[in-house]
Amino acid sequence: MSIAPQDGHEPVGADIDAPAQTPAGPQKGMFGITGTGDVSGFGGLVRRRPEQASSPKPYGGYFDEVTDALEEAYPAFADAIEKVVVDRGELTLHIKAERIAEVVQIMRDDESLRFELCSSVSGVDYLGSDPRRLHVVYHLTSMTYRRRVRLEVAVADGVSVPSVTSVYPTADWQERETYDMFGVVFAGHPNLTRVLMPDDWEGHPQRKDYPLGGVPVEYKGAEIPPPDQRRVYQ
Amino acid sequence: MTQSGYATERETTEGRVFTVTGGDWDTVTESIDPLSNEKIVVNMGPQHPSTHGVLRLVLELEGETVQEVRPVVGYLHTGIEKNLEYRNWTQGTTFVTRADYLAPLFNEAGYCLAVEKLLGITDQITERANTIRVLFMELNRISSHLVWLATTGMELGAISMMLYGFREREYILDIFEETSGLRMNHAYFRPGGVAQDIPESAIKKIRDFLVYLPKKLKEYEAMLSGQVIWQERTQGVAVLDVTGCLALGVTGPVLRSAGLAWDLRKTMPYCGYENYEFDVPTATTADVWGRYQVRLAEIRESLKIIEQALDRLRPGPIFIADKKIAWPAQLAVGLDGMGNSLEHVAKIMGQSMESLIHHFKLVTEGFRVPAGQVYVAIEHPRGELGVHAVSDGGTHPYRVHMRDPSFVNLQAIPAMAEGALLADVIAGGASLDPVMGGCDR
Repeated sequence: MSIAPQDGHEPVGADIDAPAQTPAGPQKGMFGITGTGDVSGFGGLVRRRPEQASSPKPYGGYFDEVTDALEEAYPAFADAIEKVVVDRGELTLHIKAERIAEVVQIMRDDESLRFELCSSVSGVDYLGSDPRRLHVVYHLTSMTYRRRVRLEVAVADGVSVPSVTSVYPTADWQERETYDMFGVVFAGHPNLTRVLMPDDWEGHPQRKDYPLGGVPVEYKGAEIPPPDQRRVYQ
Repeated sequence: MTQSGYATERETTEGRVFTVTGGDWDTVTESIDPLSNEKIVVNMGPQHPSTHGVLRLVLELEGETVQEVRPVVGYLHTGIEKNLEYRNWTQGTTFVTRADYLAPLFNEAGYCLAVEKLLGITDQITERANTIRVLFMELNRISSHLVWLATTGMELGAISMMLYGFREREYILDIFEETSGLRMNHAYFRPGGVAQDIPESAIKKIRDFLVYLPKKLKEYEAMLSGQVIWQERTQGVAVLDVTGCLALGVTGPVLRSAGLAWDLRKTMPYCGYENYEFDVPTATTADVWGRYQVRLAEIRESLKIIEQALDRLRPGPIFIADKKIAWPAQLAVGLDGMGNSLEHVAKIMGQSMESLIHHFKLVTEGFRVPAGQVYVAIEHPRGELGVHAVSDGGTHPYRVHMRDPSFVNLQAIPAMAEGALLADVIAGGASLDPVMGGCDR
C-alpha cells in the first residue's frame, strides 16, 4: 500500500474559508448522488429538519422540580431561559449566552438544585442551520439528587460567552478545548489558550467549515479518495 | 553609580540595580533577594518515562520544592472526534476505542450507549449482550488497574511490580483476543450489541483467571503494603479532598479515595449494573496510599462482578433483533483478526439476493439516527467517561464529544503538587492514572 499525494492534493493545514462539509439545512437527494448518476428519482427529495420547539409543561420526572426551583431562585428566569427541551429523557435548558455564568452559579448553590459537578463542557457547530452557529453545551450533575441537566448557549461567530470557571474550576481546560476546537471566546477565563492543538495553529478544527484533510490512498492500482471526499449517503 | 566592593550599583525607580561582572556576583544580591537565584524552571516531558505517556509538566522549583506546575497536553491529539463525523455510526466504534488505549472497551461502551439512546433502543439490547458488556468492562477495569499498579510501582521504585502487573494483564488480553480477535482497540461493542459471541474457551479462561488473580493480589499486597519505602512515598502525598475533587471535576478512584462513594455503576446504573452485588470501596486518607487501596479493592469487586456475570450468562442473541440496525453479518475470528464467517458469505452471495442488498446498504450507507442529542456517562477506570453525541438525522454522527476522565483529572496536578517535593509530583501524577490517548483524543 502506498500513500500517493496527487498534484494539488498535498495535505494543507487550516483553511477556514473552505466550503461546508455537512450541510445542516434542508437536505437534498438521498444517496449522495447528484447529476446524471441518479436514476433512482430520489435525487429530487428534499428533507427539512424541524426546528426543535420548546417542550410543553409538565416535563415529567425531576425536570419540573429543577425548572421550578431555578425559576424560584433566579429572578431573571423568564429573560434568561430561551426554551426548555425535554428529549430522550434528558432536560436541556437553552440559556442566553450573557446569562450563563449567573445561571450556573444558582444551579450550583441553590439548596434544591445543588449541581455540584460540571461534568462536561463541549461545543457544537450548527453551521447553516442556526445563525448563532456556535453552541456551547454544559452538562451538570447533581450528586445530592442524582440528576443531570444540560445547559446550552448559542452565539454567532465572534460573540463571547461568559466563562463559568469562577463557579466550576473544572471548566478551565474544557473551555480551553472548546475555544481551541470551535473558536468560542470565553470572557473572564484566566488563561484562554489552545490546549490540544499547537499554540501557533490557525483555525479551529472542529468547525464544520474546517476540512478534515487527508490524501488519496492507492491500493493495487485503485485509488481511494480521502474520507472527506468520499461519497456520503445522506 | 557606586562601587560596593563587588559590583557597581545604582538606584532606580524599581530598586537597586547591580551591574555584575565577576564570578561571585551571587553574594551581592543575596542580601536583597535570597531566593532569586534558587528558582529554576524544569521542563519534564513530554518524553519523560514517569509521565505516563506524552504529558509535559513545566515545573518551577525552589530547591526540591515545587512552586508551580503547569501541565501541557495535546501531544497525542489525533482528531478522533473530528474523524467520527466522516464515518457512519457503526464505524465510530473503531475510532473511539483508540482514545483511551488502556480502557478501549469503556470508550466503546460509552459511545454505543449514546448511539443506542439516540436511536431509542436502549431497552431492546439483549440480556446476553448486556451481560457480555459488563463482563468485558470489568475485565478491562482490572487490566487497566493492573497497568496502573505496574507503572506506578515502577515510578516509585518497585520495578518488580511493573513486571508482575503486565504479566497478569496478559491473561486478560488473551481473553480479549480469543473473543474479539484483537488484544487492544477491539471495536467489539457495536451500537446494538456486541460483534460476536464469547467462545467457550474464553469462558474457561475467565474462570481460571478468577482463581488465579486473587492469589496474585495477595502477593502484591505482601510486596508493597508493608514496605516502608512504598508507605513513605504514598502516605500523606498529593492529598486532594472531596471539595478539591469536585471543584476540579475529579471523579473515579481519586474521588473515592477522598471518601465520597460516587460510582456511576451504583448511582446511575447502566447495562444492568443494578442487578449485580458489589461494594464501592472508599478510603478516607485522600492521598496516593488511599488511591492504591481503593484500586486494589476495586479489582476484587470487579472479580465479584465477573463471577456473577458468568453465572448470568444465558444462551441467547447478542445483537438487537431490529434488522434495520443489526449488523447483517456473522463475524468470526480469523487468523488476521475479525471478519465475516465464510458460511455467511456463501449464504448471502449464493442464495438470497435480498440479504445481499440489505447487507450492502447497511454496510456502505449505515443506519439513520433521529436528530437530537444525548449525554451518556459511564464509570471508567479513571472516573466519569461522558459521551455527548449529536445527530442531525443522518448516517454519520454530527458531533461526538468524549468527556475523558484523564483530561479533566489532569487539571488537579497543580493542586496536588504545588508546595510539595519534586518526587511527589511523580507520585501524585501517577495516582491520577492519566492516559494521554484519552486525554488528547
